[in-house]
Amino acid sequence: MATPSSPTASPAQLLMGNEAIAQGLLEAGCQVAAAYPGTPSTEVLQALIDQRQRAGAPLHIEWSVNEKIAFEVALAASYSGKRSVAVMKQVGLNVAADPFMRTAYLGVVGGLLVVVADDPGPHSSQNEQDSRLFCLQARVPVLDPASPAEARAWVAPAYALSERYGRALVLRPTTRICHSRQSLTLAPVEPQPRSARFVPDTARWCATPAFLPALHQQLNADLAEIAHEAAFQPLLQPGNGRDRRYSRTALVASGIVYAHLVDLLADLGLSGAMDLYQVRMPYPLNPDWCATLRRDYDRLLVLEETYPVIELQLAHPGAVGKQSGTVPREGELTPDVLLQVLTDFLDLPRSAPVSSGGRGQRPSLCPGCPHRSAFYSIKKCFPKGIFPSDIGCYTLGLNLGAVHTVHCMGACISQGAGFYQAHRQDGGDWPTVVVTIGDSTFFHSGIAALINAVLQQARIVVVILDNATTAMTGGQPVPHLGRRATGEASRAIAIEPLVRACGVDFLEVCDPYDQARFETLLRAADAHIRSDNGGVAVLIARHGCIMDPAVRQAQQAPPVRIDASCIGCRKCVDAFECPALSMDANGKQALVDHDRCIGCNACIAVCPVNAIQAANAGEQL
Amino acid sequence: MKQQIIVSGIGGQGVLLLTRVIAQAALSAGLPVLTSETHGMAQRGGSVLSTIKVGGFASPLIRAGQADVALLLWADNLAVHRPLLKADGALFINSASAPAGCGCDASALAGCGCDASALARQIGPAVLANLVLLGCALRQQALFCDAAACRAAIEQLVPARLLAVNLQALDAGLAG
Repeated sequence: MATPSSPTASPAQLLMGNEAIAQGLLEAGCQVAAAYPGTPSTEVLQALIDQRQRAGAPLHIEWSVNEKIAFEVALAASYSGKRSVAVMKQVGLNVAADPFMRTAYLGVVGGLLVVVADDPGPHSSQNEQDSRLFCLQARVPVLDPASPAEARAWVAPAYALSERYGRALVLRPTTRICHSRQSLTLAPVEPQPRSARFVPDTARWCATPAFLPALHQQLNADLAEIAHEAAFQPLLQPGNGRDRRYSRTALVASGIVYAHLVDLLADLGLSGAMDLYQVRMPYPLNPDWCATLRRDYDRLLVLEETYPVIELQLAHPGAVGKQSGTVPREGELTPDVLLQVLTDFLDLPRSAPVSSGGRGQRPSLCPGCPHRSAFYSIKKCFPKGIFPSDIGCYTLGLNLGAVHTVHCMGACISQGAGFYQAHRQDGGDWPTVVVTIGDSTFFHSGIAALINAVLQQARIVVVILDNATTAMTGGQPVPHLGRRATGEASRAIAIEPLVRACGVDFLEVCDPYDQARFETLLRAADAHIRSDNGGVAVLIARHGCIMDPAVRQAQQAPPVRIDASCIGCRKCVDAFECPALSMDANGKQALVDHDRCIGCNACIAVCPVNAIQAANAGEQL
Repeated sequence: MKQQIIVSGIGGQGVLLLTRVIAQAALSAGLPVLTSETHGMAQRGGSVLSTIKVGGFASPLIRAGQADVALLLWADNLAVHRPLLKADGALFINSASAPAGCGCDASALAGCGCDASALARQIGPAVLANLVLLGCALRQQALFCDAAACRAAIEQLVPARLLAVNLQALDAGLAG
């Protein structure tokens, strides 16, 4: 048994990778931080907000409306000589791609770090793209830390490098870095405020095609030098040379996979059995190092997530990895996967493959979630409808059969318009297209799509699911609340005038808990889009997120009751899909889980025989 | 001292707090610790898994058959997460009865858990089952740390207004 020491004896703290990165940003004197929330990156900015009193200089923090905007805000701060950061998840970089790609050519002034969190697996994303490959295409140096401690420790040298060359850098943590915790000791933050000083330089900041070849040339020259920078060269853990079989064999790994590999080699008693390299900057790779590998080793195993970025650059005839098919090309490189790969590579006896126990319980909308009521009514009113949806908690409307497409932020409105155009041109009857989009997603990238749908006379119903928060990522503020990231009041940008300004004539607002009224409005919206002068109809389904403690508090109620008249039709369990409802062991009657039911009473209207009832007033909470 | 622990449940059951309490107990004892957590979509009621590795490790993840201790707040996760546990690992399940596949005597749960949710409901909301189950594991001396270390960690991590019920939950698990 370990004896706990006094918590004050050690200043070490247990920090999540994202919190560790935020500490690195504070310690390095970052003065402008902008982000759009997205798993697994969200907590970086949240930690900056929580820890901002540690900053040694004025620090502007914002939840930007989308990642492109976050990047551009941070970029101009860098032009002004300040250290800045933009934070996003991997698909957020797609949104920010346009300014990001041009930044590679034009460069920066103050240090600019882009923290792009990848999600191998993926665990909570629409793909498992590799931002390191994105950086190779964009020609932006990228760092791949193997632990929260490294992610934090690399921030200051990354800023130094960024300023020495006038180039933006990407710090690429993955989910297992972002959402791991590690004991770390905080360093004091030295005050290092800078004065903003933007120096106009049209040949650079407005670079027209005439200037771009020279800028491109300078970029290539800088990259060639950065590849040799001592701070981020591959690190060699030399083998002990005892086993002659491995004298011309080496392992090459980067990111969290390197950490998995270190533990795995220890488990197998192979620590130090052969040379082991940790690649810290997968792009640009030092060509001299690549040449050394070609000279010194016949066989290399390259382990990286998610694409073969290092393997492709190495161009080593004896290298195996994802490109060669030795390492699985898709999914997370978990320690279990690595074990099989490593034992195959070293020709060791293969351990019995582990049978996967499956994925377990699927996620679902929370009991009392207003989205559930909205989806149930949509499906009920338009059983043959087409339902494009979008990114957020409400993706889970697919459990209710009310979500047919989920693509990328904001795609649902334009997809809805596309569905309409494709079906309508055939003549005859056409299905009602009901689009669902969350409030935060609407601001992120739904507005331009709505303008386009109106302009192109798409006859679709757009339901804006307004729960007054960015729920999936933990409740970041949305523009119509008029609240900044740090809590100060700001100007609220209301949804209704925006919708009207987009040219929408049919606009109604309704609490989806009131299913009768919501369904009446859905039918009215359908009538509108089919009328002579019909166009886009917008319904705002407005009810606060049930995860918000204030919303919960305001509607506190005892669980519903189900009486013996239940006929066991499963409608409340299957079609309404509330996790607080289930069938009894015999499948004859629905049961209420009193730990999970919050008494929203939305399921009452779902029951065909009125077996579900609200608890009586005065019943114990 | 090296120990690998998994905490399994569904989103909303307090897996993250339970993970942090155990990790904080390690930190306070001066032991290096790494955890991994599940965030994002799965937190909406889906199966979630945390890992805790105490001692000198580099990776936060646990390979199949390597966990010394498993704390399961949601018995249905047994099929999914049981393969992570060593053959002789200590398993603690929040369940009213020994679930199929746990390897215990079907009639007696005492060896592998307790009805933590029921004990929690006697104190407050069922979500307190997380610390009840921790108390249960501590009572059987399955963890690297003792109850005092966990109590101190809870005092550090839980907001003052919720501290009393959380400590009561730990005590309920310790009492069995």
